[in-house]
Amino acid sequence: MAKNLKEILVDNSNDLVHMWLEEVAEKQKEVTNSAISQDLFENTNREFVNIIFGSVEKESLTSDLDSFTERVINLGWPLSYLTDGLQLFKRVAIEFLIEHEELDVSVPKVLRHVDELVNPIINQLVNEYSGSWENTVSLQRVALQELSAPLIPVMDNITVMPLIGTIDTERAKFIMENLLDGVIKHHAEVVLIDITGVPVVDTMVAHHIIQAAEAVRLIGSTCILVGIRPEIAQTIVNLGIDLSKFPTKSSLRKGFTTALEMTNQMIVQTNSEEQTIEELIDSLDRSEQS
Amino acid sequence: MDFRTCVNIQKEWDIVGARQFGRDFSKKLGFGIVDQARIATAISELARNIYLYAGSGKICFDEVENVGSRGICIVAIDTGPGIKDISQVMEDGFSTSGGLGAGLPGVKRLMDEFDITSKTGEGTEIRVVKWVR
Repeated sequence: MAKNLKEILVDNSNDLVHMWLEEVAEKQKEVTNSAISQDLFENTNREFVNIIFGSVEKESLTSDLDSFTERVINLGWPLSYLTDGLQLFKRVAIEFLIEHEELDVSVPKVLRHVDELVNPIINQLVNEYSGSWENTVSLQRVALQELSAPLIPVMDNITVMPLIGTIDTERAKFIMENLLDGVIKHHAEVVLIDITGVPVVDTMVAHHIIQAAEAVRLIGSTCILVGIRPEIAQTIVNLGIDLSKFPTKSSLRKGFTTALEMTNQMIVQTNSEEQTIEELIDSLDRSEQS
Repeated sequence: MDFRTCVNIQKEWDIVGARQFGRDFSKKLGFGIVDQARIATAISELARNIYLYAGSGKICFDEVENVGSRGICIVAIDTGPGIKDISQVMEDGFSTSGGLGAGLPGVKRLMDEFDITSKTGEGTEIRVVKWVR
């Protein structure tokens, strides 16, 4: 008997496909997505319904289904397109079977049979879809971690760590480890931590920076905090955070100058007289400031 | 009170979501860049407190109006363990989690108005307001 139901569906596939396409088009009108061209949408619908029939006919999941799902995912279409499509298919199939004359099967049996045919497809699709999402998320997490705490040895004894983006607990831990490893590895005397790219410095971020600076001090180096924007400076003062234990500078440039002084180094420009004069004036300025 | 928007705080990254929303909202209300940073920092503190101590809760945003001035009202609500001694947590340097202990008193200084109600075992509600200058 179960066989019969399936056969009826397959035999009347043309009618069913027609009904389904109409329903989907109707649904599509409700949630118009202007970004998708009508042609593409119709072609995909046709392919989708053929694949559904292919799976129903064989009562097993075909590899066509996998490749189709993959393509829909790559197109960036929402999961609801697939699940809605299958729900509609179920509805169409059930309505069709119930209205079919030569049928003497009770309604609950029809429902159950259609469920058995369609549900594996839905499950497969949802699994595939969420799997692909999980994959994307974990890849992005790795990518983010790679970006999270770079350490750049710019000169002998001077190293820069630019921080960009939000600092959460996990990242703070990573920053600390990287910083200490890097200081030892590059024999850095001075480390510049640049927070220009950190959008908000709250007590937690400040706490982590203070801890990192203290740890750097313990292994015998100095930490300079640079890139403190004026608004960040004000919020730090409002919060009452004490950053007086280590030097701070407004920009990386100023911090770097200080670092050069601390390591008894200086950048000398060669082969240009004018610039040598400029530098002389610069150094005069500097001695005035200090 | 009916709020226009609420952001649920459950994961650490929700703090970023709340902060971002607060920043956009305060920008729309016409706050300057320094006040935007203050508001974002205050939201960050409040949201982190929810995440750290209560586990979950929400941050609600609304626009408030007074004679001739507009402002942003932010309410942090949780159903966590509550605060036993409010005067203690409002002291600078008090922390039960090894932090700096500048969170709540800092928020009070960052914002214009600050109200806190808390019941042990029932939860905490903190309401802060900042006016556009």
